[in-house]
Amino acid sequence: MVAVTETIEAVQSVAEGGYKWGFETDIEMEFAPKGLNEDIVRFISAKKNEPAWLLEWRLKAFAHWKTMVEPEWPAVNYPKIDYQDAYYYAAPKYKVAPKSLDEVDPELLRTYAKLGIPLREQAILAGVEGAGDSPAEGRMPIAVDAVFDSVSVSTSYKERLAKDGIIFCPISEAVQEHPELVRQYLGSVVPPGDNYFAALNSAVFTDGSFVYIPKGVKCPMELSTYFRINAKSTGQFERTLIIADAGSKVSYLEGCTAPMRDENQLHAAVVELVLMDDATIKYSTVQNWYPGDAEGRGGIYNFVTKRAACRGARSKVSWTQVETGSAITWKYPSCILLGDDSVGEFYSVAITNNRQQADTGTKMWHIGARTKSTIVSKGISAGRGQNTYRGLVKISPKAVGARNFTQCDSLLIGDECGAHTVPYIENRCMTAKVEHEATTSRIAEDQLFYCRQRGLTQEEAVGLIVNGFCREVLKELPMEFAVEAQKLLAISLEGSVG
Amino acid sequence: MLRIEGLTAEIDGKPILQGVDLEVPAGELHAIMGPNGSGKSTLSYVLSGREGYEITGGSVTFNGVDLLAMEPEERAASGVFLAFQYPVELPGVGNANFLRTALNAVRRHRGEPEVDAMQFLKLARVRMKELSMPEDMLKRGVNVGFSGGEKKRNEVLQMALLRPKLAILDETDSGLDIDALKIVADGVNAMRAPDFSALIITHYQRLLDYIVPDRVHVLMAGRIVKSGGPELAHELEAQGYAQVAA
Amino acid sequence: MNAINNAAGFLARADTLSTPVWAASTRAAGRAALATYGLPTRRAEAFKYTDLAPVTQAAFGAEGQALALPALPAMRGHARLVFVDGVLRGDLSNLPPRPLSDAAGLLGSLAHATQPLAAMNAALFEDGLFLDVPAGEDAGLIELVSVVTGAMGPIAFHPRHVLRLGQGARLTLLDTSDGVAGLGYLHNPVFEISLGEGAEMAHVRIQREGRAAFHLSSVHTAIAARATYDNFTLNAGGRLARNEIHASLDGPHAMCHMNGAQLVGDGQHADTTTDLHHAAPDCGSRQTYKTVLAGRSRGVFQGKILVSRAAQRTDGYQMNQALLLSETSEMDSKPQLEIYADDVKCSHGATVGALDAAQLFYLRSRGIPQEQARSMLVEAFLTEAVDGVGDDACRTALSEAVAGWWVGERSTAPLAGRA
Repeated sequence: MVAVTETIEAVQSVAEGGYKWGFETDIEMEFAPKGLNEDIVRFISAKKNEPAWLLEWRLKAFAHWKTMVEPEWPAVNYPKIDYQDAYYYAAPKYKVAPKSLDEVDPELLRTYAKLGIPLREQAILAGVEGAGDSPAEGRMPIAVDAVFDSVSVSTSYKERLAKDGIIFCPISEAVQEHPELVRQYLGSVVPPGDNYFAALNSAVFTDGSFVYIPKGVKCPMELSTYFRINAKSTGQFERTLIIADAGSKVSYLEGCTAPMRDENQLHAAVVELVLMDDATIKYSTVQNWYPGDAEGRGGIYNFVTKRAACRGARSKVSWTQVETGSAITWKYPSCILLGDDSVGEFYSVAITNNRQQADTGTKMWHIGARTKSTIVSKGISAGRGQNTYRGLVKISPKAVGARNFTQCDSLLIGDECGAHTVPYIENRCMTAKVEHEATTSRIAEDQLFYCRQRGLTQEEAVGLIVNGFCREVLKELPMEFAVEAQKLLAISLEGSVG
Repeated sequence: MLRIEGLTAEIDGKPILQGVDLEVPAGELHAIMGPNGSGKSTLSYVLSGREGYEITGGSVTFNGVDLLAMEPEERAASGVFLAFQYPVELPGVGNANFLRTALNAVRRHRGEPEVDAMQFLKLARVRMKELSMPEDMLKRGVNVGFSGGEKKRNEVLQMALLRPKLAILDETDSGLDIDALKIVADGVNAMRAPDFSALIITHYQRLLDYIVPDRVHVLMAGRIVKSGGPELAHELEAQGYAQVAA
Repeated sequence: MNAINNAAGFLARADTLSTPVWAASTRAAGRAALATYGLPTRRAEAFKYTDLAPVTQAAFGAEGQALALPALPAMRGHARLVFVDGVLRGDLSNLPPRPLSDAAGLLGSLAHATQPLAAMNAALFEDGLFLDVPAGEDAGLIELVSVVTGAMGPIAFHPRHVLRLGQGARLTLLDTSDGVAGLGYLHNPVFEISLGEGAEMAHVRIQREGRAAFHLSSVHTAIAARATYDNFTLNAGGRLARNEIHASLDGPHAMCHMNGAQLVGDGQHADTTTDLHHAAPDCGSRQTYKTVLAGRSRGVFQGKILVSRAAQRTDGYQMNQALLLSETSEMDSKPQLEIYADDVKCSHGATVGALDAAQLFYLRSRGIPQEQARSMLVEAFLTEAVDGVGDDACRTALSEAVAGWWVGERSTAPLAGRA
């Protein structure tokens, strides 16, 4: 019943109200000039001391982006974005680059402490002795990469991981240290011209995480990246690349927050996952960017491209996401199931409250024989939120014996919100089997009454029922994240029931 | 009638049957008992020709003919009948139409004239009465909306109509109350004849109180580990598989 | 945007038509839409899976004159209206319909020019029927028969049918489209159906055009309080067929059923697109569509349920199932829910796959040969769809059409592959 207690506590904490991650860190920043042009692309590349091939790659992406138009098909509305009215590079200013955590601006560390990220003490204490497997503690340590606006500020546990040959570092560092890996895989899953926002990201991405798990290695701890947008008028364009070599296994978590501002900020990330034979990646996201206020002022535009290529036989990728933040979410973590017997999973909870809009889902592209995919999507609409599940299941002729099962459930709270389901099923293989189910409902009066008769308040009851509704997805999250996610669900629905 | 020699089979590369030897002479009823996962159902599916099982060795002959070389419908036509543990539902396929189609397919194979709808109905009514089945079960989709007991009775009805030479009853007793169990047992006992044999696969001895077998075999880990008379079933019930097989 | 209009041929034809005053505004709206947008390409979301290029690229024209009449389908009831090559033939009909001009006030009220097929029809319709069932009256079973002689070459005809049922009125319409083999004609009927309070209409459609023909139909229905509209569409003919059904539940406690089966054989493309709007509270809707695909073929199902904010206590259900019988068939499904009311119960389901291996084995284990077992399962799949049709005569007509298609399909192309 821990979950229930947590939920109730979370609901109670709502009384204080609001978005508790909404503070701004006062720290000296370095900006590139506002606007977007070739010079900015060159500026970013130079700041990162990048090799020529990467600059070329960026410039090509930028040239391509200029020929593209912003997509209009998602069921989201927002005023036209002025791409010239934003900073594409913002970084905490250092006189000398920090060599270790001790040299990092304490203000920055305080920010992460406030956000509850186990960056310093917990990390260092638990890490060195290869710990976390101490049964008394019962918790795995988590290696964290923290990205503050445009740059990665700290990565913990690097040495411990290096013992197993695991590379976990900022992608800008990987460009320097492991150029052959970056060059081989960057853009191989999401090509620079894939879509409007991926092209933009390819041109101006600033940082993000890089992970390489060698053959046969099971990563001994959860890897995590924490993304924080802090600076004003700044876009965040991070790029994550995870390569799981044959027989390897890794669980990766990402979390995101941003200060409260009444302007909209753009976040256009790209995540690429590559899986070889028998590799497994579990990728979990708790997305809590600032959603804007009750009237829809401010908030993050979260336009993200996430894709996994299951290149190897029997590889398995599992996307789990809890999307509670952002003014607009546009995101379809997808799986290209190339290897025979490869498996793709997508578990999603998306909440839209107030004026939030979410258009999210997945693409499962079955190419290899006997490939399997599972989609479980839980959409919760409250206030005047609009929530769309959009998904594609595509079965190629060669995917003999392929299987897909999709379950999309929507929950409506209040009569001013909307819940929409737009699945596409394209089957060109006789022996494949595709099943799709979708339901829409609201919290039943008798459920609410039952809870309240047992002494719960209306909001507690709603939190409880919503957590139940999302259980199938939440149970896919690693322990620490699941607790966090449950709290978030309750807080995100604050004020949605009268 | 049925001779199984050194039969080995696997599913998805996992060996299930690991050398089954068994002979069922004409006119005899044999019981196969064994714990869960011992390979009982696999044996019944392999004998009836279900896809997904890889035969890796051994042989099965039925009246001297290689059974494993035959398609499922050929096995059925030559007299092998499997009463399914979980009978499949066929929505939209009327039970009467299904039974008559099956009966005529088997009759064609035997060189017997096909029966028309009227003749079939007459035949079916007699058998259904014996099995206490309401007549409206003929009109419904095959097994659709049937209770567990009704499904099992429908299996026995099919057996009575198709008159096989070898019946394999795969846990036919599971999910049956005592009255239904008696009815089903009566149905099987009525089939007894010098040219009829049966393999009765069961977990419990209960069914064997009503259908007394000539021989009892214990299947464990894909092998027949012990054989004996009907008393072996009681021994198993009293002492458990581990004890008896040891 | 000065690309050549892909509907140029249709526009040229429209220019030769004389338009009576009562039809002028409808025609003008349709023509304007066609001139501005042409016919949709696959870039249009609603036509993502159905390419109209074979229609826009075909040359339609009428030459010569109908000489001999083709055989008409068997009489199912007592009243029928017969269209030959798109023209209502009084000599073959036994029911005097009211002239379409009497429907002037209703024309274009439901089928708007924003819908491409309706726009094309509005620009080009020359004939059609107006059926007006007065309040409280039961019109029984009326057959609407369309046949093509083939004598005039690859014609294109765009009949416009307007139906109005008064309060509590009842009608069963059996609407059959037959054609000749080997002729690439186009049949583009549009139905505008308004049901008064408590009215009940069963609309059974059998599309059995020739295998080289194009059939693009759209039904637009407005359903008032406590009225029921029950559509069953059997889509079996044509090289390229699309059946659009648009219905709006406009008053409380109205009900809409949309069911159907698509039989898609070698060389065929069949598309069923439903668009159901729950605009009023306490309404229900049920949709079940089944598609069987054989040979080289493609089936499409798009089904949208829109629930407006006012439509509280909506109960909506939709299911579409497809059976792939060959390695070269493809099924594309896009069920869609768009919901703006909170007290609703809406669900949809979709399955696509081959015949069930366990069912097939069960039949074979009883001695039924593989081919016969497969055939039994396909028939069962389709029977389930047709069995829901209440009217006996219509159900018989449907069963015969299904059996006819299946016999033809099995004789021309043996079912490819094993399960």
